[in-house]
Amino acid sequence: MPESIERTNDFVVKFANVNGSGSASANRLFARSILRMGVPVSPRNIFPSNIQGLPTWYEVRVSEAGHLGARGGADLMVAMNPQTWNEDIASIEPGGYLFYDSTKAMPTSKFRSDVTVIGMPLTEICNAEYTEPRERQLFKNIIYVGALAALLDIELAAVEGLLGDQFKGKEKLIAANVHALHLGNAYAMKHLDCPIGLRIRRADAVGDRIFLEGNNAAALGAVYGGATVCAWYPITPSSSLAEAFQRHCGRYRLDPETKKSRHAIVQAEDELASIGMVIGAAWNGARAFTATSGPGISLMQEFIGLAYFAEIPAVVFDVQRGGPSTGMPTRTQQSDILSCAYASHGDTKHILLLPEDPRECFTMGADAFDLADRLQTPVFVMLDLDIGMNERLCAPLDWDDARRLDRGKVMTAADLDAGKDFGRYLDVDGDGIPYRTYPGTHPKRGAFFTRGTTKDSRARYSEEGPDYVENMQRLLKKFETAKELVPHPVVRDAKQPTRFGAIFYGSTSPAMHEAVAALEAQGLHLDTLRIRAFPFHDDILDFVAAHDHVFVVEQNRDAQLRTLLMTEGDIAPAKLIKVLNYDGTPITARFILREIEKRMADANVVPLRKAVP
Amino acid sequence: MTYLAKPTLHHPNLPTNKLGFTHRDYEGSVSTLCAGCGHDSISAAIIQACFELDLPPHRVAKLSGIGCSSKTPTYFLGASHGFNSVHGRMPSVLTGANLANRDLIYLGVSGDGDSASIGLGQFAHSLRRGVNMVYIVENNGVYGLTKGQFSATADKGSKSKRGILNSDEPIDMISMAMNLGASFVARSFSGDKKQLVPLIKAAIQHRGAAFIDCVSPCVAFNNHIGSTKSFDYVREHNDAVNFLDVISGREPITTDYEPGTIQSVRQHDGSTLRLHKLAADYDARDRIAAMNFLQERQAAGEVVTGLLYVDPEAGDLHAYLNTVETPLNELDAVLVPGKAALDKINAGLR
Repeated sequence: MPESIERTNDFVVKFANVNGSGSASANRLFARSILRMGVPVSPRNIFPSNIQGLPTWYEVRVSEAGHLGARGGADLMVAMNPQTWNEDIASIEPGGYLFYDSTKAMPTSKFRSDVTVIGMPLTEICNAEYTEPRERQLFKNIIYVGALAALLDIELAAVEGLLGDQFKGKEKLIAANVHALHLGNAYAMKHLDCPIGLRIRRADAVGDRIFLEGNNAAALGAVYGGATVCAWYPITPSSSLAEAFQRHCGRYRLDPETKKSRHAIVQAEDELASIGMVIGAAWNGARAFTATSGPGISLMQEFIGLAYFAEIPAVVFDVQRGGPSTGMPTRTQQSDILSCAYASHGDTKHILLLPEDPRECFTMGADAFDLADRLQTPVFVMLDLDIGMNERLCAPLDWDDARRLDRGKVMTAADLDAGKDFGRYLDVDGDGIPYRTYPGTHPKRGAFFTRGTTKDSRARYSEEGPDYVENMQRLLKKFETAKELVPHPVVRDAKQPTRFGAIFYGSTSPAMHEAVAALEAQGLHLDTLRIRAFPFHDDILDFVAAHDHVFVVEQNRDAQLRTLLMTEGDIAPAKLIKVLNYDGTPITARFILREIEKRMADANVVPLRKAVP
Repeated sequence: MTYLAKPTLHHPNLPTNKLGFTHRDYEGSVSTLCAGCGHDSISAAIIQACFELDLPPHRVAKLSGIGCSSKTPTYFLGASHGFNSVHGRMPSVLTGANLANRDLIYLGVSGDGDSASIGLGQFAHSLRRGVNMVYIVENNGVYGLTKGQFSATADKGSKSKRGILNSDEPIDMISMAMNLGASFVARSFSGDKKQLVPLIKAAIQHRGAAFIDCVSPCVAFNNHIGSTKSFDYVREHNDAVNFLDVISGREPITTDYEPGTIQSVRQHDGSTLRLHKLAADYDARDRIAAMNFLQERQAAGEVVTGLLYVDPEAGDLHAYLNTVETPLNELDAVLVPGKAALDKINAGLR
């Protein structure tokens, strides 16, 4: 038998539960209690497309070093679901630990000899303590949190503090939960070998960081970005974004005196109607958005082309999941890059923003509305399930009170009265962006007809080739203007000059940083660039030009961002090396490390440490 | 049809309305539809209705989908913003526009292909939401722009110009509109301006979802013998249940009518609809009776026209969503909660 794993503040605990058993809040309590002890955690829900009965997992990575990407494997498995027992046991790292409900005896063949088994008769304890079936089930979850606190050296006060916050004002609930917590804790202390080799030690590694989901942060971004109209259709994993917006509006978007709504939220009949309403509202001068996922993007294609061609601002939050078709509806991917970048028939190009964490979901969420108005075009904020639906530790949200909504080029009644020349599609400033008027602005001037058919620069219907070409060229110029307006890439140089570079984006960030650090420890040096937006800023192409080999790390099968780079930057395909994770699980540092290590070896790079005799 | 620019000259003594606008101020560019198209008569009725209601033209937003009917907003209200959106999706664009600014008048123009086939879903949902709008379907039972295919409102057994019999059941948009909760439902005929103009005026003044199904013969593809949407067929089978006077505000009622033949309906904006009953027992406020009446007459092959149903107390989407009186597109200054609120949010996330 290998040595049992001995690690402090650096391990993975995985909970295997049954969907609908009330485990989610207990597991969350567990994760947050570690945060309260100043140790960073990154939890991930792995859930089925189901409401009750199917297996669900909650994985908590504890990392004082601050690695927030998924790691893979589990050092301690809390196996509460008999359905998945075999695969759960198999996923424990050698030398790891298994915690399970030992009320019913299990045959020894069901265990592994290289894993420390910790049995606790949870059902028996619950049945002795509680009579109500619902209580038995819910408190069983809190009881195992109490036991885990004993096994991992988690301070009970941290858990109690969280229960106090959660049930503020409901003293009975606090007392009942604290009682269950102590029940589990006392049992473990008395009957189990506490603590085990995995331990939490109070640290100061969390700082002032906050813990929230990307969807919630993006919804707050929409509030701060001045959105007043939201039209959406429920689809996992984006529904919680629209629901969070509704919640925030209840708080921040009511007239203080009349309590009437300064917002309008419509649950539409489908995604076509959602984007149609967004376009109608934005055409009429309100800031509007929808939240959806891949299948919704597919349905919206025709309308997105209209918004591009007629130049109407629209903000779309795409919380990506595994495609194509229904694909893996509750798993993560970055596989809508191309279908958003070139959404619709005909020649189109759209702005994409690629947030790496909830904080950027907030900032880019707010920025998207300024960009959409400034550029008069659809803007996609590309979240994914991993950052959208999981709580992530990130820097606190910030806002500059001097900032004003940038409504872009809008001609007012005063402008028109002053005799300013208005042509809806006239490139007055040479940046490709024309002026618009809102409907109802002026009794005599500034009205125009919006259409998806070809028109001249004064919005008059036209079927003339030159009018069409002029308009399409101006749209390209506008896209060029966008390059400087969208968030620029973030470059990190290796400690030593290197011929190797890596490009990544979105939720891949934490795994990438961890992988780069590990590579560096082996003497393999890699410059990195994180893309934050499409169109691609010149710095991105310069970065590619400055390296012989560039890894493009993505979470889809077809290397979609690489395709976009090749097409838009005229880059030779051989230069861009694919590193692709697309099995629906979040990309890990282990995976990136393995892939890049191998390819660097193929390219005959000898790690420094091995080269030195 | 013509490519000539419309002359701007007009007679110096053209009558003006209360705002000082002439009829010409409500016109658009020259129609490119076929000569004699029923749709052009509807455009003319819209122009007439807006002129008579003294509407500032720029306070109307006109929206449409795709098709012959959807081209018409270019041909009326040239001083209004217009939006020719995508096929079958006018209702969602109009809904969004309406949410952004509740103060404008929303005129949605669509056709039977646009609303009964590709856009049936959006037609239905915009009505059930009670979007404050006038939704006109210019119904000719045929796809004109693609040259003569049947639409979903073509009657079963009717014959196309090429001699093909339609074997599908027709969609009756009037019955659907009543079922779906439209609070103003009318049917008219493009050839009957006298009936149509007051209906459009009343629909504009109505708060809530107002739907007008206007039979509008297609002279190019659906005006032959065997069609149930031809001028001749509709004239012969037109069964008007009432005709309408729309009285704005407190104008005195001057004309006398036989007692018992007039039904007065007061709308939320103070205007009064005076319905001159042609069918004696028809009550336009009784939705269930109206639906029964329609089904009976329809079975007898009649095209029932007039104001078929009205709920003068109807609410609209803004009322249901409890939105503020100020249009949402004018709220920029009060929308951002600021740094202090964000700091509090941060504190709750630790």
